[in-house]
Amino acid sequence: MEIDPFIFRLSIFILSIFIGYYVVWSVTPSLHTPLMSVTNAISSVIIVGAIIAGLAGNSDSTFNTSSIFGFLAISLAAINIFGGFLVTQRMLAMYKKKKKDK
Amino acid sequence: MLSANLSAIFYLISGVLFILALRGLSSPETSRQGNLFGILGMIIAITVTFLSIENFSTGLVVVLIFLLIGGLIGAFIAYKIPMTAMPELVAGFHSLVGLAAVFVAIAAFLNPEAFNLGSPGNIKLGSLIEMSIGAAVGAITFSGSIIAFLKLQGIMSGSPIIFKGQHPLNALILISIFVITYLLCSTQSSNLFWILLAISFLIGFLLIIPIGGADMPVVISMLNSYSGWAAAGIGFTLENTALIITGALVGSSGAILSYIMCKGMNRSFFNVILGGFGAIEQQSASAKDKEQRPVKSGNADDAAFLMKNASFVIIVPGYGMAVAQAQHALREMVDKLKKNDIKVSYAIHPVAGRMPGHMNVLLAEANVPYDEVFELEEINNDFANADVAFIIGANDVTNPVAKTDPQSPIYGMPVLDVEKCKSVLFVKRSLSPGYAGIDNDLFYKENTLMLFADAKKMTEDITKNL
Repeated sequence: MEIDPFIFRLSIFILSIFIGYYVVWSVTPSLHTPLMSVTNAISSVIIVGAIIAGLAGNSDSTFNTSSIFGFLAISLAAINIFGGFLVTQRMLAMYKKKKKDK
Repeated sequence: MLSANLSAIFYLISGVLFILALRGLSSPETSRQGNLFGILGMIIAITVTFLSIENFSTGLVVVLIFLLIGGLIGAFIAYKIPMTAMPELVAGFHSLVGLAAVFVAIAAFLNPEAFNLGSPGNIKLGSLIEMSIGAAVGAITFSGSIIAFLKLQGIMSGSPIIFKGQHPLNALILISIFVITYLLCSTQSSNLFWILLAISFLIGFLLIIPIGGADMPVVISMLNSYSGWAAAGIGFTLENTALIITGALVGSSGAILSYIMCKGMNRSFFNVILGGFGAIEQQSASAKDKEQRPVKSGNADDAAFLMKNASFVIIVPGYGMAVAQAQHALREMVDKLKKNDIKVSYAIHPVAGRMPGHMNVLLAEANVPYDEVFELEEINNDFANADVAFIIGANDVTNPVAKTDPQSPIYGMPVLDVEKCKSVLFVKRSLSPGYAGIDNDLFYKENTLMLFADAKKMTEDITKNL
């Protein structure tokens, strides 16, 4: 009997939860705010679904109800991707060590 | 065009890059590189999606336009936003992830052929379940985050909003979500799909309104977690590995942060989520007596004198510092102290501020080196050796009552042992109780000097007198 592909995806999911668990516990508490903004940015990889939905309309109907929702989702996710990564970059650039010059 | 197998491998690669992005945050040195891994992973995922589309329709131009619009808005926000507004920003971003998940689910429900999920009215059962979960969780994330955003922004009152029958109502709605999902899967009715979305929006709203302002760290972390689970639900629908991996990472990350925040307050997750904290705790009798107790108050001159004669000062910042935007003034004061060879450290309580790590970001913004900033467990023993504790904008997290009075609502909460310092300087606007609605014993201690003023103004005045 063949294994349903769903089971493989479920395995990936469960293992990723464990990876997430161990990786996030090792994040230093002082970087918890950047952690939130970067997880925000990466969860917007949901944009791949939005792109598929947006491009699903055929050439005589670029705009149908489904693709319009896709287009809107693309913009929302893009705000998050650009906003999330850039604000994380901005925050991380501020974390500096003590200057040893004095 | 890429074959399905090849694109699946690229999605896996981007999932791995996202793991590395989080791994990088284990120390500030590696964090910037980690962020670059994250960006690379995102570029790969988006490029692969475009390359795997079979026939490019005219829709492509429209897709790129929407992508550009969103990108510009996002970049603009990222550069303009002040660091003190970070909690609001993160809440706002969560709401967008939630709404995007809802929109993708709607698109997939209306046009399942595009995703190989069957045809309208005849969607594969598994996909429909996954889609419903993604849509419902996404909707809850959206409306919950909007409320969190409004509360943090001050547009909506930060105090808990409670009404009779709140919990039974919420329970009823949650049960009906499950029932409707079941019916939706057996009938494929689009009306039920819309009803499911509507009540999910409603429950998100109802779940967050009873939670007070200072519990926002837990709420934001929880919504962070939800946005991950919503993404994972959609990932299952789309059979996309990158999305499944990311959803799981974000989901567990948010869950861990909520756990850390709850532990920082010694309260159970359910106690926070059920809300209403601080609203009913005004035990009038004891609060009234205490107001009669004598308090020593001083001015900037006294504070400067105390600090000049100290050799070790510990600074305890809290949300009040963020409100007063006092972080830069504080850094200038510390610079002056350090010139006089006074050792200065910062002590951060896990739930200081309105989101995890809030104080650390503000201090980093004010150019405070991160190796002078310590967490509660790292620094708590040092208070006994310190001459002065300078408390700026914090309150409940320093209250010794948490260690002594089992009747107190904050009993058992880990607190900073500031009372062990030789003297305590407490910058505060008035004697009013903190979020937990209880009096702080520290105000009345022999060695405490209250500095009644705006945090920023007081800090500047002290600097002048040093």
